[in-house]
Amino acid sequence: MLTPNSIPEEKVKLSNKQIIIKFLTNNMVTIMFIVLGLAGFFIAGMNPFLFLFDIVARMSRNSFLVLSLIIPVVAGMGLNFSIVLGAMAGQALLIFVTHWGITGLPGILLCIVLVTPLSMFLGYLTGKLFNKAKGQEMIAGLILAFFAQGIYELIFLQLVGGIIPMENRVLIMGQGIGVRTTVDLTDGLKYGLDWPGLSWGMPNLLRPTLPWTIIVGVIVLLVGYLAYILFFKGKRASMPKLISAAAVGGFLVYWSVNQIQTASMINMVRIPLLTWFVILALCLFIVFFSKTKLGQDMRSVGQDRHVAAVSGIQVDRVRVIAIMMSMVMASWGHIIFLQNMGAFSTYGSHEQIGLYSVAALLIGGATVTKATIGQALLGVFLFHTLFIVSPSAGRQLFGDAQVGEYFRVFVAYGVIGATLAMHAWRKLLQRKGELGV
Amino acid sequence: MGEPYLLQMKNIGKSYYGTQVLQDINLSLKPGEIHAIVGENGAGKSTLMNILFGMEVIHSTGGYEGEIHVNGKKEEIDSPQKAMEMGIGMVHQEFMLLPNFTITENIKLNRENLKPSFLSRVFGEKTKRLDFPTMNADARKALNKLDIDIEEYVMVAGLPVGYMQLTEIAREIDKTNVKVIVFDEPTAVLAESEAERLLEAMKIIAEEGIAILFITHRLDEVIAISDNITVLRDGKLVATKKAEETDASQLAELMVGRKIEKMVHGEERDFKNEIALKTQNLVVHMPGEKVKGVDLEIKKGEFFGIGGLAGQGKVGVANGIMGLYPGTGQVWINGKPLGLNSPSKSMARGLAYVSEDRRGVGLLLDSSVELNIVITSLQNQDKFLKNYGLLRLMDNKGIHQHALKMIKELDIRCTGPTQLVKRLSGGNQQKVCIARALTMQPDILFVSEPTRGIDVGAKRLVLETLVRLNDELGMTIIMTSSELGELRSVCDRIAIVSEGAIAGILRPGDPDADYGLLMGGKRKRRGA
Ligand SMILES: Nc1ncnc2c1ncn2[C@@H]1O[C@H](COP(=O)(O)OP(=O)(O)OP(=O)(O)O)[C@@H](O)[C@H]1O
Ligand SMILES: [Mg+2]
Repeated sequence: MLTPNSIPEEKVKLSNKQIIIKFLTNNMVTIMFIVLGLAGFFIAGMNPFLFLFDIVARMSRNSFLVLSLIIPVVAGMGLNFSIVLGAMAGQALLIFVTHWGITGLPGILLCIVLVTPLSMFLGYLTGKLFNKAKGQEMIAGLILAFFAQGIYELIFLQLVGGIIPMENRVLIMGQGIGVRTTVDLTDGLKYGLDWPGLSWGMPNLLRPTLPWTIIVGVIVLLVGYLAYILFFKGKRASMPKLISAAAVGGFLVYWSVNQIQTASMINMVRIPLLTWFVILALCLFIVFFSKTKLGQDMRSVGQDRHVAAVSGIQVDRVRVIAIMMSMVMASWGHIIFLQNMGAFSTYGSHEQIGLYSVAALLIGGATVTKATIGQALLGVFLFHTLFIVSPSAGRQLFGDAQVGEYFRVFVAYGVIGATLAMHAWRKLLQRKGELGV
Repeated sequence: MGEPYLLQMKNIGKSYYGTQVLQDINLSLKPGEIHAIVGENGAGKSTLMNILFGMEVIHSTGGYEGEIHVNGKKEEIDSPQKAMEMGIGMVHQEFMLLPNFTITENIKLNRENLKPSFLSRVFGEKTKRLDFPTMNADARKALNKLDIDIEEYVMVAGLPVGYMQLTEIAREIDKTNVKVIVFDEPTAVLAESEAERLLEAMKIIAEEGIAILFITHRLDEVIAISDNITVLRDGKLVATKKAEETDASQLAELMVGRKIEKMVHGEERDFKNEIALKTQNLVVHMPGEKVKGVDLEIKKGEFFGIGGLAGQGKVGVANGIMGLYPGTGQVWINGKPLGLNSPSKSMARGLAYVSEDRRGVGLLLDSSVELNIVITSLQNQDKFLKNYGLLRLMDNKGIHQHALKMIKELDIRCTGPTQLVKRLSGGNQQKVCIARALTMQPDILFVSEPTRGIDVGAKRLVLETLVRLNDELGMTIIMTSSELGELRSVCDRIAIVSEGAIAGILRPGDPDADYGLLMGGKRKRRGA
């Protein structure tokens, strides 16, 4: 039901000062993290090359996971902590495919193909559960993740090697039952998707560097735009937009050429193009999806379940589909993450996924009720900037890198806690506003 | 025997948690018929329509008794979806809009026009893309039928209530397969001119062979437009009449079960020369109700009326002073200036407001009647609190008693102060809103359209309560209403607003002709 009384206040014309204050309060978290990141960067005396090297790697392996959180937010189900289940499914498949000895890109593709029905099934069950706990999805997701952890441990500690036969000296513990605590993907699935930048055995010449990728990327965009205008009679962008795009493009190309000429260390940053294409494809898919009937249904359900139901939308079904999509994306995302890491702790590496992905999304400025692709990517960038700089900043400030380590864990939990509290507080304020007869 | 009826509801009964709210209702509808349903607040009109539309409240509370026949065939309508498949459309008493969608998106909600996408061949219907140009064109057509010139790509959030209502009506008009449309109090939040346009549109729809079920508390509308009229009282059917066989006063009598006398105005009163509220060049940017410079002086203890035609700005005055819409100019309360654009400041200065758009607004639907009545006073004025040393707790007994008093005074039909507000009928929810404002006992009370959506019998009670508060407590009351008769029965002076300014101020006893002239915009020339 609509509550128009709370709305007119928005329309009161704001002075410039008020607009700035509103901008600052609405983007408080993001701004704080930009400041923190910059400060940490300088305190740590970070080598820009190392930073770039690290952030490119981290963004390519984490973005997909964080993007998987968007759809449930749109459908009004909040932050989907249950993606941990998807991560478990992805991990399970990595273990099995490693056992079967299928390596490289084919191995990854096999993982993806097999994990999809599994995570769809998990998503279906989770969605059903969430429908029983409407409004409490976040808590339900967290608890479900703990519960699933138990089942996961049961399977991989007790059943694999026993009831589920698996004979593998490397993977299975000495007694023949239970998977070892770490799984090494080296010479197997490691970098299976990160083609060609990180692929093993790829001649150096064919592994695109960051500057070359930028130059080719800018040229492709330019040609694409011209083709769009000339051959497809597309609409021309406005002048200011064109000028700023040209300026940014020009600068990037200039910088890249400069790096190549000076043979700087930047030339050692290699780009896993395929992974980036996959992330780009997911972004495009989300944009496309939001314009489909199902996407529109999700936006409707997200705004008001009651109104959606009265218009004949099958609310429960739409919600289940949203969770299923998120779950599948999360399982893929976790596979992308682990193939890049190259090794993982069998019983731990998925645990933090929900927490860190949610934190990243929130840092980008998303809330429980609104999340966009831009916010997800910005959030990954800022969150991981902090990850990179905090150990050395900690060492500089306190003489102990471990302090920085604590700090970032503290930050992850802190941000989530603060955001949830703020969400509750906003709701309360809104209520109070409505009460002003 | 072939039945000419499009829709028949037979022996319909319904009970909520053991209370029988409908009993043995029979209703038949032919194609193209406009059938009005009238009755007091809480008589069961919305419940009957909710049954027809398969609403969840009905089925989650044990369903209903009786049978529904569509085209002579018995149908189980157990969800809104089923109702829509049967060709039944409904404009609900409370808004069913999504605020962050555009008007088009709301009109086309779950009936979006689609075009194939690269996924839809594999994944089917649901992955087709929305065809916005067609959707916009359709929405435009429906809006044009209602003669509304608002852009269809505007977001619904922040629209004046009238437009929201019309958006919902446009949604029903746009449906192609409808055979029956239910309008549950569509005119309650519309201005007279908008309401007239809606009635015209309804007639056109009916001529196309679509049957209409129409609920309203404006009995003259009923007489003007309907073919048949069903009167409900306390959940029972009292009469079904042909429109030409009856009139407004007989209907009112049937509804309430007794005769309703008109209120007449008391004597002219004198006031001390204390000014409670003064405005100078007040400008309010309220869409559709712009105020373009109003100067007013209202005395302490006065019952002041603001009238005028729709869209002329009468509604904007109170909204501007309460800070709900952006405004400029000067306002003094008891001689001290008031900062505009801040509802909380206005409240802190002893102003309270019963807004004209109360439909489901600001009520805590899942809380009790008593809590809803006292909550604003509790939070803003620290009333109804008891001190226990350091602790301050709610004074439950005091709250309960106060609520009982309000329930009696305004005749709020409920099982008691502890009933949840969402279980009240629409009109009774509105009475709770009014009770809440009265509980604040403000120095100055603004009431807009206090009797909208309230039945003829209760109307009188509400007005009487306002008069009594004004009399006994000396509360200054500023009442905005589109019903002149209502203003003239209770106010000391009435300002008529035309083109965003005061056209003149009249006494209730002044001749009708004067009112007519001012309303028509024939302003008394200043200095002439
Ligand atoms: N969800 C509910 N739970 C319990 N009782 C309800 C519920 N909805 C309505 N009622 C009760 O049913 C009765 C009829 O309500 P209904 O809404 O049908 O009245 P109405 O005729 O539409 O009145 P109005 O003119 O005020 O809209 C009222 O006594 C009301 O308290
Ligand atoms: Mg009703």
